[in-house]
Formats: sequence, structure tokens, C-alpha cells
Amino acid sequence: MKKTVLMLTAVLILTVVGSVFAQSEIICASTTSTENSGLFNYILPLFEKKTGIKVKVVARGTGAAIEMGRRGDADMAFVHAKEQELRAVAEGFFVNRHDVMYNDFVIIGPTDDPAKIKGMKSAADALKKIAERGAAFVSRGDNSGTNTKELSLWEKVGVDPKGQKWYLEVGQGMEKTQRIANEKSAYTLTDRGTWLATKDKDKLGMVIVLEDDPVLFNQYGVMAVNPEKHKHVKYTEATEFINWLISKEGQQAIASFKDSLGNHLFYPNAE
Amino acid sequence: MSSLLEAFGKAFSLMLHLNAELLAIIVLSVKVSGTALVIATLLGLPLSAYFGFKKFPVKGLMISLLNTFMGLPPVVVGLFVYLLLSRSGPLGFMALLYTPTAMIVAQSILAFPIVTSLSHSAIISVDPLIKQASLTLGATPFQTSVTILREARYGIMSAIIAAFGRVMAEVGAILIVGGNIAGFTRVMTTTIALETDKGNFELALALGIILLGISLLINLALHVVQKRGLVGVRS
Repeated sequence: MKKTVLMLTAVLILTVVGSVFAQSEIICASTTSTENSGLFNYILPLFEKKTGIKVKVVARGTGAAIEMGRRGDADMAFVHAKEQELRAVAEGFFVNRHDVMYNDFVIIGPTDDPAKIKGMKSAADALKKIAERGAAFVSRGDNSGTNTKELSLWEKVGVDPKGQKWYLEVGQGMEKTQRIANEKSAYTLTDRGTWLATKDKDKLGMVIVLEDDPVLFNQYGVMAVNPEKHKHVKYTEATEFINWLISKEGQQAIASFKDSLGNHLFYPNAE
Repeated sequence: MSSLLEAFGKAFSLMLHLNAELLAIIVLSVKVSGTALVIATLLGLPLSAYFGFKKFPVKGLMISLLNTFMGLPPVVVGLFVYLLLSRSGPLGFMALLYTPTAMIVAQSILAFPIVTSLSHSAIISVDPLIKQASLTLGATPFQTSVTILREARYGIMSAIIAAFGRVMAEVGAILIVGGNIAGFTRVMTTTIALETDKGNFELALALGIILLGISLLINLALHVVQKRGLVGVRS
């Protein structure tokens, strides 16, 4: 017993010492959609091999990821809610923001489409119709990028869905939200990447009922935490990663990423 | 049903072909929870003995508080430690957030009340005659305390095992303070949560089965230690 205690104490000390002598590492606050798609597993080794910088990804919703940066708990953010990002930049918490890539959102619903959305062109009008019919709608409800987009659509048509009987805020990640929508025969807004990657695996009896509305464009951006706000952040390394992501090489890496089913999930569009 | 069977099959094949990544996750789980348990025990056991042997005002209140903290939701502990260790928090300068150390801190807080409270119960249930006999036979108060602790050791061991079960199974706190960073702070439970999120139910369940298996091994080992202690006393 004494030996075990000694050993475990030694392990603890090593852990503490180890964290002090950390090499060149940065923490990137990002979102579940990027992490779960496998994008980071694909591109990070390429960047690490080239620069020796290890990128540690903490996946949260976009809102939480930006908050991590504001508090100085991350060195950079890789998220998808451009308005929130620009606001955080304007407030001085982030600098060096760039568009990196995009995909798009789609509205999915039960195969029999009870609110008759198929054939409509405007996502906002579609939501309005769902509200009028009182068809079930599942919302992420977690201040994520997807949730932000959804709320902006409700606002556009002047509907306040909160508290309505047909409106379910689940506070879960995208894939779980899709599954809940499936179980409840409800509509939901999802990103095409998650939808493509999971519809077969999760045996979702759902279809895309609306797509290709320009308003459903889903822009991903990167930005570094402002070193003037938080002195300890690894601004140089974070900037190096950002520059790589928007370089020809990084953009090609993003373009060549495919999920396990062979779908392209993200399209590079850095300027 | 088929996915349950599949999970067992997968768990079995995972254990047979243990890859380096999974092994690292398992090792980190045991390391974090084990270290937290040692810290909680080193702090909790003396405190429980103090509570058991000494009389002082507000003792009842403190024990009730400890009992309440046994039911602390891990997420709350995680949030508390997060705010403490965040760069914008009081201990931010230590740069401990999103490290295994932060996870150890959170789990120590979770394990501490369990070790302390249950050990205290074990100590006060020791037959008072033993204390009297020990004192009558001329033992010093310290020697008497050691005797009582020896008598209570099975209860104390149960307390430690209960605390181990709690931290090994816990996901809420370490997810918040560890960040579930691949290859760095990802442990069994956070991997299970992640794989469930990703819809890899069979893999998640398989990992759960492995986690249970590890807990079983550790409990068996502790049981052996207990048994040996018993033989030692009788001979």
C-alpha cells in the first residue's frame, strides 16, 4: 500500500512537472461539428509535421468556444458564427480573423414532410410555415453556430418560438439533436456535413426538405486571442496556425479532406 | 439487441487488439482517478479520524456538510474548478486548465467527502469496548487511535473503494476542466461521451465494458489486500 501511494505521488509530481515543461503547444477552441467530422484528425498532423507545433482542440459550441478565448483559456478559436466572431473582434478579445472554409445548412424533416416544406425556396418562410402548422421543431438551444443561424431565421420572420409547445430546445450537439428530431418526427436545422456523415449510420428516417437558400451559407472563421488582453497566450504560434490554414497548402488540405463515406464536408474559401 | 451483442463482441476484440491510443486513454484514466483517490485519502483519512476521536463544537454540522458534499454534482465541481483555474480566475497564473492536473484536482474534490464521511462512519462504529480495553492496558491515546483505525480498516477500505467508483465513473467534471483533448486529457468516460455524441454506440458501449472490467480488476486487487490484512491479524 505504501509503495502504491509513493508511486501515485510520483506520478502526480511528474504530471505537474510535465505540464510546466510543455513544448510548443496551442489550445484551439473549436466546435463539435469540426471535431466530430474528423477534419482535425486529418489536417493537424500535416501542420504539426511542418512546424512542430501541437494543436490541442477543445470542442464546444461556438458560443462557448468564443467565451474560452475571451477568458484567455484558449490561444485561438476556429468557429462558425461570423457575427459573433466579428463582435468578439470588435470588443478587442480577438485579432487576426479570417474566413477559412464553408459548408451549408439544410433543413431536414420527417420523410412524409407534415408541414409541406418541400418545394419551398426560402428557409425563413419554411420556418414560418412550420410555426403556423405547429409542426415539431428541434433546436440545438446551445448558442452554437447552428443555433445562432436558426435564431436569426426566426427573427427574420418575426416568430418567437421559445416556450411554444412544438419547439424543443435540447441543448445537445448536432448529431444528438438530429437523433432527437428523428425520434420526435420533427424538423431541425443541421449542417450538411453532419447530415451526410450520420444519416445512414444513425438510421435517420428523415430527408432534406430545404436546401440551397443563400441564407443557409455556413462560414467558418479562425481568429487569435488578442495578446494585449491575455499576455500568456501563444499568439505567435496561433498566428502561424492561422496563416497555415489560409495558405494554399492549408486550403488544399481542407479541400482534400473526406469523411469515412467519401463525402467532401468543407470547402476552403480563404481570401 | 443486436447492437448490444455487437458491443460485447467489439469490446472483446478491442481488448485483444489494444492499440496505443486506447491504451494511453486507459492509463490516463487510472492515473487521474488513482492520484485523485490518493490525495483524497491522505487528506480525508486523518480528518475522519479527528472527527471520530475528538469532541468539538459544530462537529455535527461539519459532518452533515460532508454528507451533503457526497452528493455534489460533478458538473458543479467541474465548473467551480474551471472558474478557479481559468486564466481569468484566481489561480489562472498556474496554467493548469485543460491539463491532467486540473482533472486530478476536480476528482479529488469529488472523492474527498466520500472517503472522509464513510471512514468516519466506520471509525465511530468500532466497538467502544476496544477503546476502553486499549486504554486499560496502558496504551497512549495515539496507540489507542491506531488500534481503532485498525479495527475500522474494512470500513475505511470500503470508503476508498466507493470513492474510487465515483471518480472512475465520473464524466461531468473532467470534461469541463480537462477539455477532452485527444491524446492529452481524453480519458475513458470522456471518450465514451464523445463516441456516443458521434453515434458510435457500439464503440462507446465497448469502452464502457472495458471500464467496468478495469474497475473489477482493481476491486479484486483491493479485496486481496483486505484478505491479507485479515490473515495478518489472526496469526
